[in-house]
Amino acid sequence: MGLFLNVKKGGMSTTVQDFGRWGHQAMGMPVAGAMDPEALAVANLLAGNSPGEAALEITLLGPTLEVEGEGTVAASGADLGLTINGTPAPLWTCLSVKTGDVISFTGPKGRGCRAYLAFSGGIDVPVVMGSRSTYTRAGIGGFEGRALKAGDRVSCGEPLPLWKRTIGFSCPESLRPVRDPEAPIRAVLGPQDDAFTPEALETLFGSTYTITSQADRMGYRLEGPKIPHRTGADIVSDAIPLGAIQVPGHGQPIVMLADRQTTGGYTKPAVVLTADLAVLAQRIPGETVRFARSTPGEGAKLLAERAKRLAALGQLRSEYRTRPQAVGGEVKATSGAFTLRIGGKTALIEWQEL
Amino acid sequence: MEEPRTPRLLDAGDSCLVAEFGASVDRALNAKVQALKHALAKCAVKGIVELVPTYRSLAVYYDPLLLDREELKKRIESACETLDEASQAESRVVTIPVCYGGTFGPDLENVCAYTGLSKEEVIARHTGRDTYCFMLGFTPGFAYLGGMDESLATPRLENPRTLIPAGSVGIAGKQTGIYPIDSPGGWQLIGRTPLAVFDPLRTPPTLVEAGDWVRFEAISESEYEAIRAAAKAGQYTVKIALRKEAA
Repeated sequence: MGLFLNVKKGGMSTTVQDFGRWGHQAMGMPVAGAMDPEALAVANLLAGNSPGEAALEITLLGPTLEVEGEGTVAASGADLGLTINGTPAPLWTCLSVKTGDVISFTGPKGRGCRAYLAFSGGIDVPVVMGSRSTYTRAGIGGFEGRALKAGDRVSCGEPLPLWKRTIGFSCPESLRPVRDPEAPIRAVLGPQDDAFTPEALETLFGSTYTITSQADRMGYRLEGPKIPHRTGADIVSDAIPLGAIQVPGHGQPIVMLADRQTTGGYTKPAVVLTADLAVLAQRIPGETVRFARSTPGEGAKLLAERAKRLAALGQLRSEYRTRPQAVGGEVKATSGAFTLRIGGKTALIEWQEL
Repeated sequence: MEEPRTPRLLDAGDSCLVAEFGASVDRALNAKVQALKHALAKCAVKGIVELVPTYRSLAVYYDPLLLDREELKKRIESACETLDEASQAESRVVTIPVCYGGTFGPDLENVCAYTGLSKEEVIARHTGRDTYCFMLGFTPGFAYLGGMDESLATPRLENPRTLIPAGSVGIAGKQTGIYPIDSPGGWQLIGRTPLAVFDPLRTPPTLVEAGDWVRFEAISESEYEAIRAAAKAGQYTVKIALRKEAA
């Protein structure tokens, strides 16, 4: 039996997100999905789920949720002051919750603005066009297509086997995603770098930009030295890739994020590396951004490192779950794991006594 | 103007490449985009996440952990060598029934006043010529249609509306289009279709795809209600014809 979450307070903007609604941009359907997908994956692994399960994405001011049922919860990403029943609770750890427990947040501690809260079984909302992610602008996906509010009752799915044995498991510091608030944001030139003079591109990569108050899941509008166009800002509409730096006529860059529209008619001198988007998405208005030139190869390398960290965490989880436990005075394995190779493919088989 | 056969491959971050055939709004150019899309979809390259055709280019989203960028470039280039726009010579014509004027088309009179045409003439010209869907974008399910009779061109409203119901058919300059979802907007509304041009819960969610033609068909208010009810009950079959094009 899965958990239910009775929402007492919705928080600033709490939405259901997974890895996003890929595959439908040709229909004009924005992708949405977690702004910090690695943090989402870590929270899921800790809660006993598969990495891309639907969880709650929380922005700055978190919700208040009353739990019904029995299961696990794990928080990752920014430290927004997680408490359970009024007592501060650790992030990056699988915690058990039961009926009557109240999960709430006291407010941001330090920097970072997005936290992920994963529950055993994941958030059980209908799959729409292949995803549970919320795209609020069109009211598609997630919980009724919108952010959570007081009075909502959110159901979680059936937990995966071994969820109980995950309780207490935590993510070592070395496998937590680093979101340095001062780190340069790396980007690859193109597709319309030729619409700008070399000086304009130097301005883009050599200046410090400030995140304006118009910064949300759709994009971050930045303010700083103007990036002038050679001839004009308008192009015949083409696709807007995730992370595209769009420069309209006013010459100020906008970084296009998860909820971006699929196509647009403004020049894009560069596109931010996928792995660095989460670094940007954890910053808030008033904080700054410096861009650094990079290559697609570096971007691919960072994504490979991300995949490696997540695989390592998955491995640690199965070791944690299969550790011997004392049962009736003697140490006895009630579950285990082994690796199976069939035709060159490797599968990790986990088992437990029911 | 003859556009190059081979597209320019433009960098668009670490997980996307853009194959750009030109910089204009042109059907022959768009046919190349569609042909490349079909060619790549057909060879089902492992690691390609999705293909997004626009007016003049094809965005190829890929997973760099599954597909090497240089390998992808080679696949695109070899697909371009055997590109066959002729295979796209037969395209779909999707009929969209529209109830013009009245409460569904509150700006039909604006269009008449601006163009000097009668209501009947505006409707006749709007239904009289098929329009081509270059791409979808802007909002979920919005089709960029080209080829409307230019005598119907009317500027946008000075004061955009805050809420336009889904299905509204409008004119903005030389463009015509259908609002796929309730949204704000400044188009001159001339009618409304009873069909859901976009429904995220339906497969496929859109009625019109890039590369299709759209034929507007005038219907009465009672036909509007009848089609709406039938479509809701899943008992309406959208009229689709095939159009043969000389290459």
